[in-house]
Amino acid sequence: MLTLSHLTKRFDGAAALSDVSLSVAAGERVALLGHNGAGKSTLMKIVLGLIAHDAGEVEVLGAAPGSPRARDGVAYLPENAAFHPALTGREQIAHYLRLRGLPASGAPALLERVGLGDAAQRRIGTYSKGMRQRVGLAQALIGTPRLMVLDEPTSGLDPVSRRDFYEILDGLAAEGTAILLSSHALTEVEARTDRMVILSGGRMVAQGTLGDLRRRADLPVRIAVTPSDIPCSATTLREALPGAVQEGGQVVLWCAQDAKLAALARIAALSERVADIDIQPPSLEDIYSQLNRRAGQ
Amino acid sequence: MIRILSMAQTEFRIALRNRWVAIAVAMMVLFSLVLSAAGSAPTGALGADRLSVVVASLTSLAVYLVPLVALLMSFDALAGEVERGTLPLLLTYPLSRAEIILGKLAAHLAVMAVALAAGYGLAALTAWMGDAGALAGLPALWRLFWSSMVLGAVFLGAGYALSALSRRPSGAAGLAIGLWLGLIVLYDLGLMAALVADDGGRFTTHVFPWAMLANPADAFRLFNLAASDATAAAAGLAGAANSIPAWAALTSLALWPFAALALADAAFRRVTP
Repeated sequence: MLTLSHLTKRFDGAAALSDVSLSVAAGERVALLGHNGAGKSTLMKIVLGLIAHDAGEVEVLGAAPGSPRARDGVAYLPENAAFHPALTGREQIAHYLRLRGLPASGAPALLERVGLGDAAQRRIGTYSKGMRQRVGLAQALIGTPRLMVLDEPTSGLDPVSRRDFYEILDGLAAEGTAILLSSHALTEVEARTDRMVILSGGRMVAQGTLGDLRRRADLPVRIAVTPSDIPCSATTLREALPGAVQEGGQVVLWCAQDAKLAALARIAALSERVADIDIQPPSLEDIYSQLNRRAGQ
Repeated sequence: MIRILSMAQTEFRIALRNRWVAIAVAMMVLFSLVLSAAGSAPTGALGADRLSVVVASLTSLAVYLVPLVALLMSFDALAGEVERGTLPLLLTYPLSRAEIILGKLAAHLAVMAVALAAGYGLAALTAWMGDAGALAGLPALWRLFWSSMVLGAVFLGAGYALSALSRRPSGAAGLAIGLWLGLIVLYDLGLMAALVADDGGRFTTHVFPWAMLANPADAFRLFNLAASDATAAAAGLAGAANSIPAWAALTSLALWPFAALALADAAFRRVTP
């Protein structure tokens, strides 16, 4: 659906993107992660054909970005979706439907689908930011696109709307729509996408599933053990687990990925001293910071 | 075609809600009424019917008002989309930049047609009420109407070009006022001054007719006055150029909208969202 190879873009001599290669297959959900200015929006605008690239190749639905064929099958949700305040939600969506060659009568159903059924007849000027974002989502759903490009799609949405939003995306992906989205909210991306691409300073730092990234970052796992009621359990545990420290009522051990099983075996050997155990893998935030830091060196 | 029509329908709705339709109609009606009231005096002396005389004064009015209304409606057309942040999304739709301009043009021309019909129609009505023979002037009024639409298209196109060039509504507004002042007011003053200084020399015979034809507003005025019998009622600068045939003025006027729209398209293509 989307293939970028060795994509490079410069603004006034400064590289905004250098040598970025990635692809998104049908039905795949890929998240673009990165700080502000990492090149996420630039990459999306190149994919949409809004700006030209300097080097490398971009193929969107087998055509050039911005070509009529590509535009026919690509939907876009801009960061902070904006619309003319004098139009009602229904008029705006009807207009977008007609621009895609579809009957305007489909507008109420689309607005209903994003939870704007009641506000359809009100002017967009009276909408909240979250409601405007949902108008943006409604227009992106027009005609079941083959590729969706979503720039910070959940910013301004409340947690319930976010969940609904990702459910809609899951449905589209199941029907074969390729989805490329950028986000700052790493925790929601973690559970809701198939693959992640980390950009830093215009370069691709890493890409892969959460598991791949976890292995690459090689961050320690946090094992927290709650001692049992037997007297001196905490001390016994600390002595058996080198490097373990007392944190409140728990004994906490940080251990490398490959030392995880050995540590667990030692804890299991002291099972009568253990009331509970918690294993926390590094979060995406931790992995993201670690990979970014490493790329910066 | 559906895309252009949808664009036009949406833009017309916006113009209606932004009160542009009301403002344009009010301006045209007000000035037309004032002119019909003032223009009713010299009728009998000229031997022309009352409506033809009114058309002659409406022509002088349209030269100022039509470009002004057109520029007011168009300066925001593209720069406004850039400022609101609505342009990037629109450009990802299967719709060319030329189609966006044509859609907006159709909507703004429709607003113009409503305003002109109201203003000119009212002038015709008052003339007819004062003089039953005024119907003889209807062809002249019709000619004024459609040539006003062509003049409007020229300045709408110019407004889009300025809007795309400046990319900010405030900058585009300044450029639009500058263009209006330059082409409508200062241009004629400059020609007038040059005529006086030249005193019937080479400039008057060779350069001046071309300079009149080169300005769409002057071409509009020349065409309407040359084609009308009541020229003497509102001569002014056009009186000095009565050697220019009506067809030459019409050709210039007819070519200008294409030139202005081509310019707008070229400027819009250079806008990076």
